[in-house]
Amino acid sequence: MKWLSRVYNGIIFLFLYLPIVVLVIFSFNDSKNRARWDGFTLDWYKDLFQNELILESLKVTLTVAVLAALVATVIGTAAAVGIHGMNQRLKRTFLFVNNIPMVSPEIVSGVALMLMFVFIYRATGLLRPGFATLLIAHITFCIPYVVLQVMPKLRQMNRHMYEAALDLGCSPVSAFVRVVMPEIMPGVVTGALMAFTISLDDFVISYFNSGSTAQTLSVTIYSMTKKPITPEINALSTLMFGAVLLLLLLVNLGQIRDGAQKAKSARR
Amino acid sequence: MEDIIKLQDIAVSFDGEPVLEGLNLNIKDGEFVTLLGPSGCGKTTTLRIIGGFVTPDRGDVFFHGRRINDIPPHKRALNTVFQRYALFPHLNVYENVAFGMRVQKKKKAEIDETVHRMLSLVNLKGFEKRAVSTLSGGQQQRVAIARALANNPGVLLLDEPLSALDLKLRKDMQVELKNIQKSLGITFVYVTHDQEEALSMSDTVVVMDGGRIQQIGSPQDIYNEPQNAFVADFIGESNILDGVMHEDYLVEFFGRKFKCLDSGFAPMEPVDVVIRPEDIDIVAPEKGNLVGTVTEVTFKGVHFETIVDFKGFKWLIQTTDYYAPDSVIGIVLNPEDIHIMKKSEYSGMFGDYSSYSEEFEELADPNAGLSEETAEEDDR
Repeated sequence: MKWLSRVYNGIIFLFLYLPIVVLVIFSFNDSKNRARWDGFTLDWYKDLFQNELILESLKVTLTVAVLAALVATVIGTAAAVGIHGMNQRLKRTFLFVNNIPMVSPEIVSGVALMLMFVFIYRATGLLRPGFATLLIAHITFCIPYVVLQVMPKLRQMNRHMYEAALDLGCSPVSAFVRVVMPEIMPGVVTGALMAFTISLDDFVISYFNSGSTAQTLSVTIYSMTKKPITPEINALSTLMFGAVLLLLLLVNLGQIRDGAQKAKSARR
Repeated sequence: MEDIIKLQDIAVSFDGEPVLEGLNLNIKDGEFVTLLGPSGCGKTTTLRIIGGFVTPDRGDVFFHGRRINDIPPHKRALNTVFQRYALFPHLNVYENVAFGMRVQKKKKAEIDETVHRMLSLVNLKGFEKRAVSTLSGGQQQRVAIARALANNPGVLLLDEPLSALDLKLRKDMQVELKNIQKSLGITFVYVTHDQEEALSMSDTVVVMDGGRIQQIGSPQDIYNEPQNAFVADFIGESNILDGVMHEDYLVEFFGRKFKCLDSGFAPMEPVDVVIRPEDIDIVAPEKGNLVGTVTEVTFKGVHFETIVDFKGFKWLIQTTDYYAPDSVIGIVLNPEDIHIMKKSEYSGMFGDYSSYSEEFEELADPNAGLSEETAEEDDR
């Protein structure tokens, strides 16, 4: 029976990762042919870094991801602190509202945001679809993830700790900075990393909200696939996959270390 | 002595539930005052009002004669030792104690001197560099006390500071806390549900129930002269009987008249009669004022807890001699063993040991086996 479960596991992983493995392998293939291995090359990577369009999109993607992660982390943390201070009923309501964007279809969020931006642009002439709308859209869908990461940290915190800081002479703001922030920091960092990853990862919402001036990598790749595809895309996708994988590893390592610490202090 | 804290006609309610109703309390400078009562009696809320963490719906709070209702906690010259310590886990012992002084931007030399003085006061010399998570419960409690005292507060508020410690440690800490209070001469306002703790440490005990103060007095007053059935039952064990005051110094219960030391009641006024289980002398049936039958005996180490049935009303008697169940005994009551109380809303609720058992004892103490939730509820 044991071998059966191993085989089953193997098949699952095969299905999950075979496409990516193929993608990675052919990013090093010295031919445009997608069925024949013609030897190892790094040419596609070289081409990639000479492609103006791709480099420009990469810049947009990273800028948006960094800015969206930062802004969403600030807003999301503040929101989490606010929600934490509410009574049970309000808290549940707000968390529910917070969770909806995460489970609702991305295409709905994407189209909805686009229609709103178009409406605002038509009505006021502000927010022409482009970098600003892209950034706002990314901030919007990142916030719930930050809230979700920070909330448990607040819940774990001894609720008298903030009061103790006030009691010892801190103003409410300084009590938050000196005592609450250090306590919830792991959650804030994880939230920021997740926001960054999700922003990097996004295609659907970006597609509807980038206009023609600020395209993210995923949108660029999509438009490239409409023409005959070059293995440059393989190379690019491989790099993106690697980057996201690295980030996820960081997030998970952080959580594991956090969990180990908890277990350690619980034992005492 | 001057009143350092004055609470006047304080009322608070949470979500429409009244928690405190018309509370008046004066606390003298240098006093050790204990707010004592069961879960949900409003004792912690009272403390939090003094600390500034709860704003009363009605009434005034005075500190040194100055109204402080609108002064936020961080501007009050009081410090609090919180339930379950609330130490800052990202700081070591030294920095925890130094926290208040760092906020006030005190000089480094002064901080250093004070931290060391405080840590030696609470017997934690040499623990400066330790992380608070590596300390035992008792040690964390000491850090919390040192941290609060380092700010040199006019009043120290303590919210069930010993409730998370085991019995032995709790007793040691009681003595230590009392010594600290005496040596520093500052006012302590101490919240507990443990009557023994309250009696052994306090100058003044404030017994609370249902959002109201039931009695204020010295530990001896509270124990010997309880004002109503609630206080008599909550502080120690009591047999509480229905009686009628015939005239000053003469009370009737169980169809017999007894001499007592109480006066000032209307002729033939119905009263509650309190008889402490340790004050009752057991004698041969023919020599007794009252005759009853032993129904149950429990060995307690120091004494036997003997339940005796007198005409259907069961008394608890603590005696060092063993009387077997079903034996018939007599008891003698001296005038000083009898305490008379006016009838109150609590009359008839306490003081009958018909259903007394070990199990009941535990159920009656809401904080025995203190679980997170009940404690949480209590400190609202």
